[in-house]
Amino acid sequence: MSVIGLHHYLIVSALLFCIGLGGVMIRRNVLIIYMCLEIMLNAGSLALVAFSHFNGAINGQILVFFVITVAAAEVALGLAIIVAYYRLKQSTHVDDMTSMKF
Amino acid sequence: MAQTILFYLFSAVMLFCALMVVINRNPVASALCLVVSLIMLAGLFTTLNALFIAVVQVLVYAGAVMVLFLFIVMLLDIKTEIRRRLNFLAVAACFVAVIGIFYKMYQGIASIPVSRGPVPHATVDVKLLGTELFRNYLLPFEITSLILLVALIGVVHLCKKEETL
Repeated sequence: MSVIGLHHYLIVSALLFCIGLGGVMIRRNVLIIYMCLEIMLNAGSLALVAFSHFNGAINGQILVFFVITVAAAEVALGLAIIVAYYRLKQSTHVDDMTSMKF
Repeated sequence: MAQTILFYLFSAVMLFCALMVVINRNPVASALCLVVSLIMLAGLFTTLNALFIAVVQVLVYAGAVMVLFLFIVMLLDIKTEIRRRLNFLAVAACFVAVIGIFYKMYQGIASIPVSRGPVPHATVDVKLLGTELFRNYLLPFEITSLILLVALIGVVHLCKKEETL
């Protein structure tokens, strides 16, 4: 078997990103779309850590640290918005979300 | 050798579970698949010697964020999604778009010159990471704390029961 290099990690990262992207485009449940967004963020993190490791630099890992922190804040806010919307419409289907004002 | 096996194992399980997140019709099952996928990603981080990031990934993502997701799914009591009519033209267009984007990504990755393997450096431990974080990245670190505060206040405001809504 060949030695695992930067390309292997980057291709796995690209595949993960494409799965997340496909999920965002195909699924119509807003919670699933949110999970697929998380998958895409994680694909970015994997690419950053791989570059960081194979270049002998630590900066990539610090960027991933910030990505994780900001993603946690983003999930909390996004889920709060979904809950607030569900209270009004009793639905999490994106086709039902057609108005910005109530 | 062990690293090769671990890489393929973690990658395969991670991609399979990510696919199951998209395919599953039950949101709870999707969330549980996402947990496995994130833990496998933490495993991939350990094969890259990023131990601190792997631990944070398990604690924050697989722990806190996913508990929040599951809590919301159960709070909203979402049953298995009702089958609505899928627009097959749109689904086909999505597939074409995803495959096209992956092809362009693959071209970009293939154009990166093959390096001679990892640059030898000490395992990144918490001490090294913390020194770097507080020496060169102090301002972003402080701004992150502000973002968390804003998120906290925003969530409390959004979830407050309002009579005049």
